[in-house]
Amino acid sequence: MSDRVAVDWTACRGRGVCSELLPERITLDEWGYPLVDRAPVPVGAERHAARAVGACPTRALRLTPHPP
Amino acid sequence: MTAPTAVLPAPRLLTDQPYGPLPDVRDLVEQVEAAGLTGRGGAGFPVARKLRAVRDGGRGVVVGNGAEGEPASGKDRALLAHAPHLVLDGLRLAAAAVGARRSVLYVSAATPALRTAAAERGVEVAIAPAAFLSGEESAVVSRLNGGRALPRSRPPAVYVKGVDGRPTLVQNVETLAHLALIARYGAGWFRERGTAAEPGTMLCTVSGAVRVPGVLEAPLGTPLRDVLEAAGGPAGPLRAVLVGGYHGVWVTAREAEQLTLSAADLGRVGGSPGAGVVIALGAEACPLEVSAGIVAHLARQSARQCGPCLSGLPALAEVLAVAAGRRWDPSVPARIEQLAALVAGRGACHHPDGTARLVRSVLATFPDELEAHAAGRCLAAS
Repeated sequence: MSDRVAVDWTACRGRGVCSELLPERITLDEWGYPLVDRAPVPVGAERHAARAVGACPTRALRLTPHPP
Repeated sequence: MTAPTAVLPAPRLLTDQPYGPLPDVRDLVEQVEAAGLTGRGGAGFPVARKLRAVRDGGRGVVVGNGAEGEPASGKDRALLAHAPHLVLDGLRLAAAAVGARRSVLYVSAATPALRTAAAERGVEVAIAPAAFLSGEESAVVSRLNGGRALPRSRPPAVYVKGVDGRPTLVQNVETLAHLALIARYGAGWFRERGTAAEPGTMLCTVSGAVRVPGVLEAPLGTPLRDVLEAAGGPAGPLRAVLVGGYHGVWVTAREAEQLTLSAADLGRVGGSPGAGVVIALGAEACPLEVSAGIVAHLARQSARQCGPCLSGLPALAEVLAVAAGRRWDPSVPARIEQLAALVAGRGACHHPDGTARLVRSVLATFPDELEAHAAGRCLAAS
């Protein structure tokens, strides 16, 4: 079972914590909003992904089964 | 706009003939599936699938969506003025098919006649705010739940949890009208017009450089040149045609000669029939100026809920204005593409996606105009 990261765009405020905790999948655009790679979370990075989801100040991230 | 006309000798939605009594329909979902009816609100989703999803959820709500926030579209208004009972029939049939206990007609304006007809049928009337996104499916649900008419993030989908937290069917009013005719005349009848892959007819709103702008009805697969002819023909030499409205694609006048009103043809140029909005651009108009105006409107109409849209659409409007105003910067085409890629798919609704589609079609269809503007000229005949 593999998951990917998904963004609730109405909740995201571009704080960028996610890109620090899961750089393998998340970088930031010129306005500070996450550019999320739709590939599944890499093996071994599942805890990082969970931490990124939990650390988002606006609860804008979730893990969702890949493919959708 | 003038009264609706038709490309067909025997129009369906726009006929003056009475429709006949509404039969008692037991297998509406199966009939709609056999007819191949798809939504006429722009997204073209198979109607039978939506009906099944809401029916499976149980005790749902059905909404007839006539908000029509697209500025260049008048077909829903025309249909509600011409055949409101057909729309209300469709709403009643859909409600029965999915087991809904509540029916709402969501419209931009309601005449006393419409309110009376709705009340007689136990249908509530709700007024949609005059904004581009007011008719977006989740925005409709949000409004009917007492909030603002702005899109909501999914999941959950509205057919799972929508109005009053119930499974909700949102169908464009034209879709409901077709559904009401399928119930009367059957799937085979519906398929007598259109193509095998894209059956039936659709309403179109034709405007811009045509002699008789207005709403007309055409079978899917009708050549675009016939659609323009039904609107009185071009008012002069044409430069291009915008197909699909503000979230649609530009095609050159020459391309329009070869294309039909179909997902098959328009998909090949990155577009779709959408909600049937066709805007003809005369040779005297600058497509970059017109596009800059459209993108400025789309930027103003952002719900401002999602960062990439809130930031990216005004940035696109600005760069289009630079291109149109001939304050040239060599980075303009690349910047348009960069911004389109940054906004597409990164929002709660498809507003940024549609805007990206439009600006990408500007790049694809008007490289000559961009080149002229780079040299301080404009190809539009004066």
